[in-house]
Amino acid sequence: MVIDLAFIWAAIIAFAVLAYVVMDGFDLGVGILFALFPDKKDRDVMMNSVAPVWDGNETWLVLGGGGLLAVFPLAYATILPALYMPLIAMLLGLIFRGVAFEYRWRTKRWERVWDVAFAGGSLVAGFCQGIALGALVQGIPVVDRAYAGGWWDWLTPFSVATGIALLIGYTLLGSTWLVMKTEGELAARARRLAMQLAFATVAAMGVFSLWTPWQRPLYLDRWFGFPTAIFSVIVPLLVLGCLYLIVRGLRTGRDAQPFLAALGLFILGYAGIGISFYPYIVPTSLTIWDAAAPPASLSFLLVGALVLVPIILAYTAYAYWVFRGKVRHGEGYH
Amino acid sequence: MFEHFDALVLARFQFAFTVSAHIIFPAFSIGTASYLFVLEALWLKTKDKTYLELFDFWKTIFAVAFGMGVVSGIVMSYQFGTNWAVFSDKAGPVIGPLMGYEVLTAFFLEAGFLGVMLFGLKRVGPGLHFLATGMVALGTLISATWILAVNSWMQTPTGFAINENGQFIPVDWWAVIFNPSFPYRLVHMVLAAYLTTAFVVGAVGAWHLLKRTAPLRAYTMFSMAMWMAAIVAPLQILAGDAHGLNTLEHQPAKVMAMEGHFDSHPNGAPLILFGIPNQAEKRVDYAVEIPKLSSLILKHGLDEPLAGLDTIPEDKQPPVAIVFWSFRLMVGIGFAMLGIGMWSLLCRYRGTLDSNVWLHRVAVAMGPAGFAAVLAGWVTTEVGRQPFTIYGHVLTAESHSPIAAPAVATSLIAFIVVYFFVFGAGTFYLLRLMARLPRDPSPELMEGPIRARGITPGPAHGGTHGH
Repeated sequence: MVIDLAFIWAAIIAFAVLAYVVMDGFDLGVGILFALFPDKKDRDVMMNSVAPVWDGNETWLVLGGGGLLAVFPLAYATILPALYMPLIAMLLGLIFRGVAFEYRWRTKRWERVWDVAFAGGSLVAGFCQGIALGALVQGIPVVDRAYAGGWWDWLTPFSVATGIALLIGYTLLGSTWLVMKTEGELAARARRLAMQLAFATVAAMGVFSLWTPWQRPLYLDRWFGFPTAIFSVIVPLLVLGCLYLIVRGLRTGRDAQPFLAALGLFILGYAGIGISFYPYIVPTSLTIWDAAAPPASLSFLLVGALVLVPIILAYTAYAYWVFRGKVRHGEGYH
Repeated sequence: MFEHFDALVLARFQFAFTVSAHIIFPAFSIGTASYLFVLEALWLKTKDKTYLELFDFWKTIFAVAFGMGVVSGIVMSYQFGTNWAVFSDKAGPVIGPLMGYEVLTAFFLEAGFLGVMLFGLKRVGPGLHFLATGMVALGTLISATWILAVNSWMQTPTGFAINENGQFIPVDWWAVIFNPSFPYRLVHMVLAAYLTTAFVVGAVGAWHLLKRTAPLRAYTMFSMAMWMAAIVAPLQILAGDAHGLNTLEHQPAKVMAMEGHFDSHPNGAPLILFGIPNQAEKRVDYAVEIPKLSSLILKHGLDEPLAGLDTIPEDKQPPVAIVFWSFRLMVGIGFAMLGIGMWSLLCRYRGTLDSNVWLHRVAVAMGPAGFAAVLAGWVTTEVGRQPFTIYGHVLTAESHSPIAAPAVATSLIAFIVVYFFVFGAGTFYLLRLMARLPRDPSPELMEGPIRARGITPGPAHGGTHGH
């Protein structure tokens, strides 16, 4: 039996990107929600709830980028130029929000400046990630191993709508995270927000689902052709199930359940996108086999990934475990 | 502002700018992480509170610098693809897995344990906390190892073949990683990081000794830093010399540019101390030189022949003036560091290390010297390997993305503005953290930085926080 290294790597990269989206998703969401929580003490707690883990969360983005370079170099070399502007804007957003974690505690006079940097940087990063996703879904032309489009091709109504949809989803993750990690008036406000955002997220997923199939004939076939159309029935039902769990968790005070169910929404949405364009990695120009690095590269890094990713997951889980429970005012090392 | 430049020149500006801004932070955090590890070890061993106070003092500084390193590093991991797509497609199969290993073995390790190191002493206890500090320090060194393997492979590529798409294919991973220049570059860079940190710590210690704010803590850090300077600076000069000989063997054109040797010298080449390289006329104007010394240093014989840039085709020569000057800056700083190290030994012997005001003043002035030397060294090696990205195989001019010049110009301007704003503010905060008293944990005394301690819970800030 021949082992399909490109397929295994597609699965690993997909996992890394998903890990990034859900993990940095909630801390970007917390950043965006800064705008709705003007009180300084609330903001202290919100930031401290993600401060010990944000750096690890963002490392999955580096793994997604670095991994793509390693195992699908042609995809890396065509997707990144195609998404040039949104990716640069995302990086700049991440810079502002990343440094805010430390800077905010280093000054009184400029505390507001870094609050704005934290919220604004998170907003820009999240929005640009959504735009990048939309631009990827709408397709990237490749000729002679190079991106063959213009530097504004990414900007369409569809990609902007995707950006907004992802922002709504991130704020849902952020608000359910706050429900889980905080208490008192802050948690109560987060609970009310989470309720509204849960419905908004599902609505956004609905719009995205109705719009996506018309981007490429392939997607239309996947969504309404056999056997993949089965998922077109199952996934929406599971989405409604997650929505129910969020609402029920919020109502009954099971504080972890809304967050976990919101993660479920993201996983379902992600699976839906994956089913739409597999086996393309650059829709609809390059398949995973077109873009894959030679077997010597794939197998060399695979050995490390198979050993190290479980270890990474173990100590990441440990880091979350160390900081489990509710965050209170005045905690943190600052 | 940039309308006269093409996309290639702009992409090169952008890479030079973002990578230069980035290298400053790892150069500092590699050394500081190891320093924190040593401080915590000394505290656990001796139970002397001075070490714990110094650990806390440098921990906050490390956190700020590390955060800046993370965000500027994420930019680098995407820069290859956005601006250097052709290079990425060609070199990805070789350098990509090495960078993948850097992420898997180093970045996750640092990020996973950084939170515990910064926030977690109360929660996990001293033993596990010490482990976390060790993991962060180890992570910075592993990271340096992989990324220097990548850079060294680009300078002295071995262990590969080229396929029908023009991609570099790994044939022998051992040869790829342990390429000829890697061991030298790794040692040289890690020592440089340690020296950089030593001179920052030394400057902060000397500053507080001059201000007489906290004599005991200030003296402890100053003394530790001066030991590092006295021991590591001579080692670094030896390592640099060995690295230079390795470069002569594998990238002779770079050494010719460093030396300013436009002409070959069949009977012993002079060491040009200073001069103004004139690449158009192929000579060094106003040269001050010592006959035959270059041959002695590089070939270990006064009359040994040494080839010059006249043996290299003009379109394969690096820009001489930049390499010539950056090399001299680096070497000059290296010898100044050696001088301070020796001076400190003399003062230590005489018992005046804590009281010699001039040593303290010079040490304060030398605080940023390590950063300047690191940047100058990287300029030497990176400009010196031009016009190639993969030495001898892929030209820089054939490596960039098919991106329109206005897009690259826009992003370049954005990076410049954002970096000066963000990292300027960060530098200001770092200096303020360094200037605070290295002794008093009370949050009431100092605005901002110290609110609650990781070690012992400080009083709730402002006294109104509920528990």
